[in-house]
Amino acid sequence: MIRYIIRRLLWGVVLLILVSALTFLFFRIFPTASPAQLRAGRIQNPKIIHEINVDLGLNKPLLTQFWIYMKGIFLHFNLGYSYYSSAPVKELILSRLSDTVSLVLGGAVIWLLSGLAVGIISARRPRSRLDRFSMGGALVLVSAPEYWLGLIVLFLFASDIGKVRIFPGAGSYVGLTSDPVKWFTSLILPWLVVAAGNAAIYARLMRGSLIETMSEDYIRTARAKGLSERRVVLRHGVRGAINPILTILGLDIGILLGSSVLVETVFEIPGIGLLNFQAITHSDFPIVQGTVLIAAFFIIIANIVVDIAYAYLDPRVRYQ
Amino acid sequence: MSTAEPLLRVEDLRVEFHTEDGVVHAVDGISYEIQRGRTLGIVGESGSGKSVAALTTLGLTRAQGAHVSGRILFEGRDLVALSDEELRSVRGNDIAMVFQDPLSALHPFFKVGAQLIEAVVAHQDVSKAQARARAVELLGLVGIPDPARRVDEFPHEFSGGMRQRAMIAMALANEPKLLIADEPTTALDVTVQAQILALMERLQRELGMAIVIITHDLGVVAELADDIAVMYAGRIVETTSAELLFDRPEHPYTWGLLKSLPKLEGSREEPLVPISGTPPSLINRPTGCHFHPRCPYSQPEHTRIDPKLEPVLGEPRHQVACLLESELRGRLWQELRAGRTPLEALAAVGPDGPSEAVS
Repeated sequence: MIRYIIRRLLWGVVLLILVSALTFLFFRIFPTASPAQLRAGRIQNPKIIHEINVDLGLNKPLLTQFWIYMKGIFLHFNLGYSYYSSAPVKELILSRLSDTVSLVLGGAVIWLLSGLAVGIISARRPRSRLDRFSMGGALVLVSAPEYWLGLIVLFLFASDIGKVRIFPGAGSYVGLTSDPVKWFTSLILPWLVVAAGNAAIYARLMRGSLIETMSEDYIRTARAKGLSERRVVLRHGVRGAINPILTILGLDIGILLGSSVLVETVFEIPGIGLLNFQAITHSDFPIVQGTVLIAAFFIIIANIVVDIAYAYLDPRVRYQ
Repeated sequence: MSTAEPLLRVEDLRVEFHTEDGVVHAVDGISYEIQRGRTLGIVGESGSGKSVAALTTLGLTRAQGAHVSGRILFEGRDLVALSDEELRSVRGNDIAMVFQDPLSALHPFFKVGAQLIEAVVAHQDVSKAQARARAVELLGLVGIPDPARRVDEFPHEFSGGMRQRAMIAMALANEPKLLIADEPTTALDVTVQAQILALMERLQRELGMAIVIITHDLGVVAELADDIAVMYAGRIVETTSAELLFDRPEHPYTWGLLKSLPKLEGSREEPLVPISGTPPSLINRPTGCHFHPRCPYSQPEHTRIDPKLEPVLGEPRHQVACLLESELRGRLWQELRAGRTPLEALAAVGPDGPSEAVS
């Protein structure tokens, strides 16, 4: 098991190196706007632009730039400095991490609980009116793009512009440490938007998985023992059905931590996603690279965590 | 023969499943009874309705939307009429069940001990520690070595035979009066099969419970059963004591089952004779005698007349549902027993044979 974990971690490092190289490739080699020009402002003369390029190290050959970049990341854990503010990218990301984590984990709790509940209820009465209603609703939510759904809930419920002004709207976010109550209320709408699509997917997954599990022989055994139907479903059924869902949960959280761009932008939550979005509009490559790298890092870690967790979720799985 | 109220009396039990393809008549009016401490073997091919009949006893076909009629009287209570909640107090308590494939019948993610403890506390008001002690005791009872350690293992860490022992232990948790074993040895190696059967025999002796054993294997019931019911296409076609069934079977289907059974004694040259054809669809069943398409001795009118289960002459407890003349059946079996094939047997009974009777 330990050897397995070490091997997986080493592979994770290799993957991170590959991802770093790819992001460098995408943002430096493929044609993009010149950062120097963007920074030069109104007085666009070649001399200033050259000075800025020298300043940012953009005049060096690409391979040298690449070497400096990779060396910084993997030897000094240095993600570089923002072209715009010259602030270290690592600090920028770390300072915003807690906001993204707040958004994603809160949303995950909501989508997991509601998705499982709806899925279980639907699975118990397949093709009933309730099942059709919730599965139809799930389809709508899955199909709704997050930014659209975000704008809709702001339009309906935001305390400043909404039709029914009950929840704080866009830009109301404050950090957990500065005001926990405001933190919570300001996140209600974003959480719901993050959760909506995922809850729908999880409900469908849980429904399918539980229906399949309920036809297993061991469910018949549980009934034959004289257990209550409630216990048969909630203990034997759900335990048998939930592994694939927890697997996907790990991956989804990992992915969302690195890429909650749309929801953060719509609700103006200053997380990693918003940082990334702003950096892209400014061609602030070091930040974009940093956020992409941190996203890859989360996904790799999530994968490893899920694989390790699987050995505990399914005692038949043994790694060597 | 005791005249006491039987432990279980099944009366005209019918189980139907309404599917998109039509109504499946899985069990089509069967009746049997079993006395305390006795063993009944129910024999038939897959698809003969024997498992459905057994599952229905505990209401386990309700979840599949089965339509059940008739009565299943257990100590005078009609299980068919009980509510789910009332039935729950019978399941695993008065009547327990053992299933075919112990690997899929045990929950893969719960420890064996946890599954045993659950069976205990479902019907007994005991502490966790007492239930655990009982689980260890049960594993010991069914012959699992080092039960105090193995109680904390998962089913996949057990061998096939041990898993079935664990299943049996679970069934015994509340000392049931009736144990229903649905193909308990089918998924196991032959040597392990014998061990499991011996275990069931010992437990029956020690605990005095009645057993219904369901199998396609006449060898299994020969070892264990006092009485045997042979099922075909959802009905009982022959029922009698185990000795009589092996000594003087009356139904051509039973003959087929017996002739397809390898014997240790007897010459190896004597070929095994399979029953030709396949079990009928339970949606569109053959007209008349359901067995006629596969019966080497069937006569034209057998496609129209549906035989009733009736006592054999002079043997009130030996019942058979066959349209052939009793005397002819006796002669056919004599020929078959002497090692003749069905065709040879037909020729041997000669001029009085069925083909003659037709003209």
